[in-house]
Amino acid sequence: MRLHRVRSVSLACSLVVAAMGLTACGLTSANDVNGGSGKAAAATSAQDLGGMDALVAAAKKEGKLNTIALPRDWANYGEIIDTFEKKYGIKVEVENPDAASQDEINAIASRKGQDRSPDVIDVGRAFAISAAGQNLLAPYRVSAFDQIPKGQKDAQARWYNDFGGYVSIGCDAARVKKCPTTFADLLDPQYKGQIALTGNPTKSGSSFSSVYAAALANKGSFDDVKPGLDFFARLKKAGNFNPVESTPATIQKGETPISIDWDYLNSGYSDELRAKGVDWKVSIPTDGVYSEYYSQAIAKWAPHPAAARLWQEFLYSPEGQNLWLKGHARPVLMPAMQQAGTLDADSAAKLPPAPGNGTTAFPTEAQISKAKQAVAQGWAQAVAE
Amino acid sequence: MSAVQTAARGDSLPRSSGGTTSHGAARRWRLPRSARWLGVLPLLVFAVVVFGLSAGTMVFGAFTTPETMPGGARFTGANFIASLHGPHLAALINSVELSAVSALIAAVVGLPIAHAVVTSRFRALREAALAGAGVLANVGGVPLAFAFVATLGNAGVLTTHFALRSHGWNLYSFWGLTLAYLYFLIPLMVLTLAPALDGLRRQWREAARNNGASAFRYWTHVALPILMPSLLGGFVLLFGSAFSAYATAAAMVGSSVPLVTMQIADALSGDVLVGEGNVALALGVDMVLVAGLVMAVQLPLQRRSARWLA
Repeated sequence: MRLHRVRSVSLACSLVVAAMGLTACGLTSANDVNGGSGKAAAATSAQDLGGMDALVAAAKKEGKLNTIALPRDWANYGEIIDTFEKKYGIKVEVENPDAASQDEINAIASRKGQDRSPDVIDVGRAFAISAAGQNLLAPYRVSAFDQIPKGQKDAQARWYNDFGGYVSIGCDAARVKKCPTTFADLLDPQYKGQIALTGNPTKSGSSFSSVYAAALANKGSFDDVKPGLDFFARLKKAGNFNPVESTPATIQKGETPISIDWDYLNSGYSDELRAKGVDWKVSIPTDGVYSEYYSQAIAKWAPHPAAARLWQEFLYSPEGQNLWLKGHARPVLMPAMQQAGTLDADSAAKLPPAPGNGTTAFPTEAQISKAKQAVAQGWAQAVAE
Repeated sequence: MSAVQTAARGDSLPRSSGGTTSHGAARRWRLPRSARWLGVLPLLVFAVVVFGLSAGTMVFGAFTTPETMPGGARFTGANFIASLHGPHLAALINSVELSAVSALIAAVVGLPIAHAVVTSRFRALREAALAGAGVLANVGGVPLAFAFVATLGNAGVLTTHFALRSHGWNLYSFWGLTLAYLYFLIPLMVLTLAPALDGLRRQWREAARNNGASAFRYWTHVALPILMPSLLGGFVLLFGSAFSAYATAAAMVGSSVPLVTMQIADALSGDVLVGEGNVALALGVDMVLVAGLVMAVQLPLQRRSARWLA
């Protein structure tokens, strides 16, 4: 009967379609890894390409830069991107602005050789070190490489710190009678249900650093983060800890009247929130001073290798560094620029005063790893119901 | 002969016109009985590719070290041990408790609501209630969390208006999260139970009453035993729905109610932990095992429901 024939034919069709689907899966990664600009991809400095002008020309020819996880309200990235686009006529794509460091590494690793792979990343230092270890990063010496302090760059130039800041306490002066300025203040009963972090410290870098800072404020050390966990457990017990993840939106609604976050973010929010009638005050707690830098790196198989290198040159030029500074972040070249007289003094004066003349120590990689393990193990217990 | 055969098999499609197709040709195209399963092959291929491969990758990853570690992927039980210790275990237990409690409450509350909806004499009300349940059952995630935060959060409308905080109210707790989950679980239960309640014949109730049974006896001896498999099936569905929920909890309570889905997210993506991906995969396998266990309880009972409600 025809019926049976139809059935068999449709069966054969489905099998063919299924088989084609499988074959198609196997073909997706057939892109050329080096692309057309093999020379830029191998360049470890602007000189390799014949100087800055040649780099600019090569980058303009590519015309595009893939970035990931750069929120416009984070350290003035909005203006940085706009300035770069205007200056060089290169389109900057920002994928998933709110992604985390691990997402950035995943995007590079999983899209090896594809046009959609990010060209550059801005990640927590531990992630830069881990990505370099996984052989995901291209070495490149920006012109200012030698001016970056020694402890803040990879010897092989696969990553270097870009900007950083201090853990700070932001506070809605309209809702809070007296804004807290130290970790000790936070335990005051008047702050019931008001003190929020930006996320879970096992996930959010600023929250993890807040726990570290709280540890330093409570007789802990870089080797011992436990007092920080104990502090948040006490905060929880006192009813002062607010589990809502703070964002500019929750601040504006009054849901998170006190938020512990990076000083450059809190300061940036106060500009943004002032227009909406929120008086957002920022202070760096004097009893728990902790600062950290993020790191900049180029993906090994950046689809736009010249644009990626030009982006780094731009970020580490006085112009790029001053734009970060304008966003209340402390650029890594700040001391060098202060000496050279290229620092934007007005923006620098707007930063919350740095405790201890701006000379802070950083924990070593081993100390951070140990602290992360301790926080991952102890956080849930500290603040759980 | 062939006409009779087709009719007997219930084939209602018209035979080919003219009758020129020879029986021989039909024979040639008919698959032997033993090869009939070939028809399901596309589905099997799909299942293997979409579910099998990912499940396989998950299990493989759960038992190996990260490839990026020096030395590459090696077999290890460390991920599993980690996934069943300390905060991970606490989160897993918490997830099971939260899912079980919220699914149980939703089942208990959902049954009378579904019964009222199904037996209602107003057709429009019934349609509206079921359509509304269909919408609400799919409301979840971040929008739901923010709706609750705006209404009952620390600075929520109801919280401030009735000074609920001084009465000990805290949305960002186990019970606050349960309340948010009920918002979509109860409608889901109503949707699941409505067809089963439709299947309860009115005659059974009349027969019971004629034999002198009270309403209570009717429910405990007739209706509930018949509904039990559907109720359990609904419970399993609700449990799974709550067990796998992530966005609502992440947006609403953060880490103050540790849940296994959030632990997986923390391990997979974040700014803090490096190289925890395989522990996340082990946690995923734990979740599959818990879901499988709950399903295993329900499956034998499902068969019984066919007897009455088919």
